[in-house]
Amino acid sequence: MEPLILPNIPDLHKLEVYEAHGGYQMLRRALGMPADQVTDEVKKSGLRGRGGACFPTGLKWTFMPKQTNKPKYICVNGDESEPGTFKDRQIFEFNPHLLIEGTIIACYAMGVTTAYLYVRGEYAKWIRMMQKAVDDAYAKGYIGKNILGSGFSTEFYLHRGAGAYICGEESSLMNSLEGQRGYPRVKPPFPAQNGLWGCPTTINNVETIANVPVILRLGWEAYSRIGAPKHPGPILVGVSGHVNRPGVYEMATGELLTDIIEGYAGGVLGGKKIKAVFPGGSSTMVLRGDQIAGVRMDADSLKAAGSSVGTAGLIVMDEDTDLIRVITRIAAFYHHESCGQCTPCREGTGWMHKILKRFETGEASRADIDLLLDVANNIEGNTICALGDAAAWPVQSMIKQFREEFEMRVNEPLAEAASVGS
Amino acid sequence: MFSDQQLEHIEQLKKRYQHPQSVVLEALWMWQDTHGWISEEAMKQVAGVLGIPFHDVYGVVTFYTMFNRAPVGKHKLEVCTNISCMLRGSDRILKHLEDRLHIRVGGTTTDSQFTLVEAECLGSCGTAPMMQVGDEYYENLDETRVDKILDGLT
Repeated sequence: MEPLILPNIPDLHKLEVYEAHGGYQMLRRALGMPADQVTDEVKKSGLRGRGGACFPTGLKWTFMPKQTNKPKYICVNGDESEPGTFKDRQIFEFNPHLLIEGTIIACYAMGVTTAYLYVRGEYAKWIRMMQKAVDDAYAKGYIGKNILGSGFSTEFYLHRGAGAYICGEESSLMNSLEGQRGYPRVKPPFPAQNGLWGCPTTINNVETIANVPVILRLGWEAYSRIGAPKHPGPILVGVSGHVNRPGVYEMATGELLTDIIEGYAGGVLGGKKIKAVFPGGSSTMVLRGDQIAGVRMDADSLKAAGSSVGTAGLIVMDEDTDLIRVITRIAAFYHHESCGQCTPCREGTGWMHKILKRFETGEASRADIDLLLDVANNIEGNTICALGDAAAWPVQSMIKQFREEFEMRVNEPLAEAASVGS
Repeated sequence: MFSDQQLEHIEQLKKRYQHPQSVVLEALWMWQDTHGWISEEAMKQVAGVLGIPFHDVYGVVTFYTMFNRAPVGKHKLEVCTNISCMLRGSDRILKHLEDRLHIRVGGTTTDSQFTLVEAECLGSCGTAPMMQVGDEYYENLDETRVDKILDGLT
């Protein structure tokens, strides 16, 4: 597939280059269409959110109230903090105007007059790049008052975070943007009814928004024929871990995981076998290397395989990987990032980490395996936001897929060994 | 104290939001970029400038990991040790830095030049292992490259 989000055009981040390749023409076209028709195009295209939940984007846009006396907002989510995920960064660096164009089109479609792009605090360099692009777009009248003479006006502001994984969760992001601690909010009410400062708000991932001008350019029908029918479009897949050519690769949804690893990423380091993969970032269910044949990078295929597409951050682990160490490190991460609001997550993530450390140091008992599962099962589904699930799933799936690895690390003689000795 | 220029910038930023509290992170960033860390005095100043209670600023500073609540070395070395970097040898990078700087993770060199910390995933999984120093990302690290980077930091 010809890259659509990250086309190989030198200096595309510069406004004049972007314009020379048809940039901002879709904004012009959108502004000439009835707003509802823009939303309809996105709805019919089949675009689903690229931030992890795969929610249909056009449908989300229709949740925004049409009649309201309150201001409406869009937050573009560039908090990108899921371990194994480094795709939005490529858009900031190589195609920032596509993101701006998509945002302004989305603003027009939903009648939004202020958009905020929330970017994680560590991305200081990429915030500067985005700010330059935003300044240039303002100067050319693509953002601001009376955009391209259409009578439609909207503002676009960058907002820098300060280091908190949880702020990628949409309600936490809004609290952070309001200048509070990044605590997730109870839903309902949903952001479209009660978002930023109690006003209607839509939150979309950076990559999701970057798809919007592409949909208008190709037309929804052509777009919907790219890749997997129920989860169509281009997708940025980040491959990391034990591969020869780690990186972000743009492809149609529905590529075989094996083709992504062998083809795009140049195969496993040293020609080794794959022991395990996280298909979509560290919070997706781990799959065994011998289970991934025939599995594709799209929502349905990965769901059928017992995992999920997440942020398409494919982490590859070779046959020599110490998975106990891997899962202990992941557990430490979720413990560190739990915001502390909900008891199951605040306490449970710490307990899971503690128990896992016992496996790492060979001090665990056999009963600890089921204790670990019990803790994970009591976090899942019992918290305000999805961080609890994100912490529970890798642990649950690691035990399900690799129980023998845990059993090998317990500090008790195996039953068979004991019987041989007697 | 904030400079007049910084105060003017804060006033401009307030206009972007329904409530001045939204500027709290940016005001704290300004302070930290100037002073290197966030003292209690800094929190009082930020609260005053934004017209919000001190405890709200305190709550924010203690929630986000990037604010230094104590002075740090001139160069803060943040080594990602999360899974993708771990798979590519971040523990070797961390060990090398500990050995070379004669400090442990969390420590600062006696000449206050370097503070060494572990970081959670910084979004450089395709160029692992990596570390962040100030605003800069240093990627595809090995021991030789780390030495060169440290030699270049003055």
